[in-house]
Amino acid sequence: MNIVVCVKQVPDTATERKLRSDDKTLDRDAADGVVNELDEYAVEEALKLKEAHGGEVTVLTMGPGKATETIRKALAMGADKAVHLSDDALHGSDALSTSYAMAQALKKIGFDLVVLGSESTDARTGVLAAMLAERLGVPQLSLAKKVEVNGSAIAIERLTDYGYDKVEASLPAVVSVVEKINEPRYPSFKGIMAAKKKPVETLGIADAEISADQVGLANAWSEVVDFAAAPPRAAGTIVKDEGDGGAKIAEFLASKKFV
Amino acid sequence: MSEVLVLVEHVDGDVKKVTLELLTLARSLGAPAAVWAGPGYSDAAKAKLAEYGAEKIYVADAEEITGYVVAPKAELLAKLVADKAPAGVLVAATAEGKEIAGRLAVKTDSGVITDAVGLGEGFVADQSIFGGGVNVRSRVAKGTPIVAVRPNSAAPVATAGAAAEEKVEVALSDAARAARIVERVKQEKGARPELTEAAVVVSGGRGVGSAESFALIEKLADSLDAAVGASRAATDAGWYPHQFQVGQTGKTVAPQLYIAAGISGAIQHRAGMQTSKTIVVINKDAEAPIFEIADYGVVGDLFQVVPQLTEEIEKRK
Repeated sequence: MNIVVCVKQVPDTATERKLRSDDKTLDRDAADGVVNELDEYAVEEALKLKEAHGGEVTVLTMGPGKATETIRKALAMGADKAVHLSDDALHGSDALSTSYAMAQALKKIGFDLVVLGSESTDARTGVLAAMLAERLGVPQLSLAKKVEVNGSAIAIERLTDYGYDKVEASLPAVVSVVEKINEPRYPSFKGIMAAKKKPVETLGIADAEISADQVGLANAWSEVVDFAAAPPRAAGTIVKDEGDGGAKIAEFLASKKFV
Repeated sequence: MSEVLVLVEHVDGDVKKVTLELLTLARSLGAPAAVWAGPGYSDAAKAKLAEYGAEKIYVADAEEITGYVVAPKAELLAKLVADKAPAGVLVAATAEGKEIAGRLAVKTDSGVITDAVGLGEGFVADQSIFGGGVNVRSRVAKGTPIVAVRPNSAAPVATAGAAAEEKVEVALSDAARAARIVERVKQEKGARPELTEAAVVVSGGRGVGSAESFALIEKLADSLDAAVGASRAATDAGWYPHQFQVGQTGKTVAPQLYIAAGISGAIQHRAGMQTSKTIVVINKDAEAPIFEIADYGVVGDLFQVVPQLTEEIEKRK
């Protein structure tokens, strides 16, 4: 099975994240770049499927040169090779252009299964799997908390508000995963060393047959009008429980007309 | 006046509150036109949509619309966008709502904005990003504006609408039938309000310590007619089901009142509840970061404080 796992480098949520004042895009220099957490679950699931069914796992990422760190992490976990979609023309791409560019790259790479995290911690749009499925014309198996492949049949459990849906489809397909699906492995020392020798192909937009007028900030379908730091919350009242903590909260709630 | 399509969220034939919020928001942007997708449409549903200002109701109540993952609803909306040329499309910013919006955006070559917490003239949307740290205003630059709006972003206001019905038939493409839903597994927890829509949410975290102890959280929630949430630590430990997880990789909630018990308040959790109007915290660690965003906090043992609070609330009823 030819599995492509899409990963994204995001700013570490533990550091202060900012937008750039000049073009209102994410300030990638302001924070440390890390692998989007849910994508580690996607890599793990891709590796597990390969272990069970054979085949190859290719990592695909789109992002500036710095994103190679993210590729190395996925390769160190055990992926076989990587494709880095990187081009200045892609800077500032929104969800629509990103999904277009990724779909073009996926068509070039070829796949039986695309696996990705269900959302990124930076933009948090949660739309990429749906958009990729739409663009590629393959089944959307998103928000999966369980994946089973049997020949060309694939079944998932899709997380819903009331529990989950059992969903069935045929390969090729796009799967997005939630974090209850597995426990991502840590790269071993051996894995980290091996990753350095694994092939990483860099694609520019021309290589992936991506039209320049469909990507980048100037061609985005949506735009930031303006932004500002959120005003800090006013300091609250903090009391130590002296045996009447519950009663005190009840008083507070009553003063706010909640009870 | 151009129509503004509002995709109706419904459960067991009942219109959900977020739809009434969306109809209220739609009114300032055009003529609200509700879109009913899937079975369950009734006179009661029609009356509810009319009460909250729907001028039109497009009814596509074929069974197969809900028989497949997301794509049929996107095809339905794309057909209406093509036929009716609406000023914009509003959906609820649930996980599925956002996916519908995403596919619709591709189909109609339109921009999409997700997780709006407010919406103004020209479909300019307010968003709160980076765990509540930055407020952004965004707009769609191309095509028909598609905006996924978070529940609790507006107060629903009743105003009568004409509610003219129009049946819509959609011939689903093969692609829309590619991911078939074969079974819906319900793991509901009693008759509590839904997490993202609830006016009050009571959440438990690592400090709750066990699945059994979540009964304390549930009792407090029930005294306030609240939904129950859980931190990732609690759902990872298996103490509470995953769909109740509040935080970065779970649900984002913005209730009037959020009570966090035994939750330290890592950024992962705060990203999912920071825009709550009033935040009350119970935690035995005075240094827990969650106290930084508390309107009222008690440093104490939740096993003492929570039952006492529940009792006090019951007394005041």
